[in-house]
Amino acid sequence: MNNQNTDDNILIVDNIHTFIGQFHILEGVSVKVPRGSITVLLGRNGAGKTTTLKSILGLTPPQEGKVIFDGMEIQGKRAFNIASLGIGYVPENRAIFRALSVMENLKLAERKKGDFARNEEFIFNLFPDLKRLYKLPGNHLSGGQQQMLAVARALVPDNKLLLIDEPSEGLAPILIQQMMEAIRSLSEKTTILLVEQNFLMASQLAQRFTIIDDGKSVENGLMKDLTNNEEMIHQYLGASIKTRKELERQHEN
Amino acid sequence: MTENINPKKNRFLTNFQDERIILVFLVLLIAFPFVMNLITGTGLNEGVTKFWQGQFIVFFIMAVFAMSYDLLMGYGGILSFGHAASFGGGAYTFALLMKHWAPNFMSNYRIMVGSINITEAIVLIFVFLAVLLISILIGLLFSATSVRLKGAYFAMLTLALGSALYILVKATDFHQWTGADEGLHGVPVPLWLNPTQNRLTIYFISLIFMFVCYMVMKRMVNSPTGRVIIANRENEDRMRMIGYNPVVYRTIAFVSSSIFAGLAGALYSIWNTSASPTMISAVMTINALIMTILGGIGTLIGPILGAAIMQTISQFFYTWFGARWPLVFGILFILIVMFLPYGIVGTWRLKRLDVKNGWKRITGMLSRKE
Repeated sequence: MNNQNTDDNILIVDNIHTFIGQFHILEGVSVKVPRGSITVLLGRNGAGKTTTLKSILGLTPPQEGKVIFDGMEIQGKRAFNIASLGIGYVPENRAIFRALSVMENLKLAERKKGDFARNEEFIFNLFPDLKRLYKLPGNHLSGGQQQMLAVARALVPDNKLLLIDEPSEGLAPILIQQMMEAIRSLSEKTTILLVEQNFLMASQLAQRFTIIDDGKSVENGLMKDLTNNEEMIHQYLGASIKTRKELERQHEN
Repeated sequence: MTENINPKKNRFLTNFQDERIILVFLVLLIAFPFVMNLITGTGLNEGVTKFWQGQFIVFFIMAVFAMSYDLLMGYGGILSFGHAASFGGGAYTFALLMKHWAPNFMSNYRIMVGSINITEAIVLIFVFLAVLLISILIGLLFSATSVRLKGAYFAMLTLALGSALYILVKATDFHQWTGADEGLHGVPVPLWLNPTQNRLTIYFISLIFMFVCYMVMKRMVNSPTGRVIIANRENEDRMRMIGYNPVVYRTIAFVSSSIFAGLAGALYSIWNTSASPTMISAVMTINALIMTILGGIGTLIGPILGAAIMQTISQFFYTWFGARWPLVFGILFILIVMFLPYGIVGTWRLKRLDVKNGWKRITGMLSRKE
């Protein structure tokens, strides 16, 4: 690994192996995330995409391999230390704190005093709903609002990298659109590593992709190359995922 | 969405009302001994007035103990069956030092400021610092065990730890120090603190103690640290994700709740001029648990109310039902848990809007008829 690599890539995951209990979940995953881009992890259900994110963050620490964030090896560090280095994580299950209000959820994410005040305007421009619901407890929010709050929480400190897991899961189509817009404007501010099942959304957002299959990273490259390669899509992502061309064909019929 | 905003608004208002109610109660409780005195005509330190002062003192102290338990269970989400260790630990620390160390010290040394003898004050301050230290240590001990165990397993371990301390104070090997089964009796306290001769002093000290503890705990749970402790209760992994170390905040919850319990225990020891193994036994923890559940988990007013109810019930049920009163109380408790699962205060906060709307409907119907 040469120096240029670490400079261009904010995150380099190098051949990590992760066990959960006795199960060998990740059997060699390598991902490179260039600065200022959106990179998407693709793969079938259970391929190991979420585990990859959790391994980066140290929630399920990798036993082998390296994770290099911003030029520093972070594998083996504890999760809260890794997060404090400037990695925001938006898990797939709308992981907000339901007993706390929207405001308290956001304030909780401050790493330094004034983090929230500094980014308040940006966050409320992105998700105007949250401003309206500011004092409401988390358990009063709808699913979509909770998802937005979970994303917004990751924006409170100035994170250098956001790990976002399935932001479109369970959202109504109109909210998916809103979430896409939000993520796109986020990418102007920070680097994003995305896990997304919705291939249409992923293909429109991301510049780069890495495909994970059976716990191994098998392909990576530019998104525009993948969208033209139906064969690869079917091989690794299954027939259930419709490409843009197929969708267009469906609409024509 | 707009109807969603209302509950929060109302909740904020009730938080405010809570404070007002507390202030009203404080005034009532300050006036209570004097009013009783006027009504009964006996002296302030005699008869019924004195008896009820005693009942209230126990209520104040138990309220702090129950609040400290709620701090741990309701806010921190940590179910400990060994919380009495802090309470009893405080009581025993106070009693042991006052009985075995203070008399010697006071007869050998004399600390004077000008012509005023402050030896006694210094001794009391030292003893309370020791109580504080022991409470912190017990809190740290319990939180250290919670690093590896969660949920029911952790609860079992706290039960075991609490029982270990219970066995320790009952051990005959230390009979000359702890009094083993009988406990420590006749703990010498300064005359102005003597519960039989100067009960009114203890009444006001424990009243202020409860009030101050309530205010401090209220401030604590509403502070950023308190919010982190609540968030910790919900999900520790989520805390790690956003860069918090859950162990640190669990320890804060343990230690602070242990300090309140320890101070309450020391005060209880002054009130009884004794420390007995019951104070450190699981029964004591269960009492706090019952008070907290009765009043409402996760509210600070709840445990106070629960303690008041417990104190009243144990007083009247004995005269009404004789020795079988726990049986009646048990049935009552089951009914409360079944029909008011969030406790009295918790259920009230949840249903208040319904009640308010119900009243509105009734008054609306009445006015329409006219």
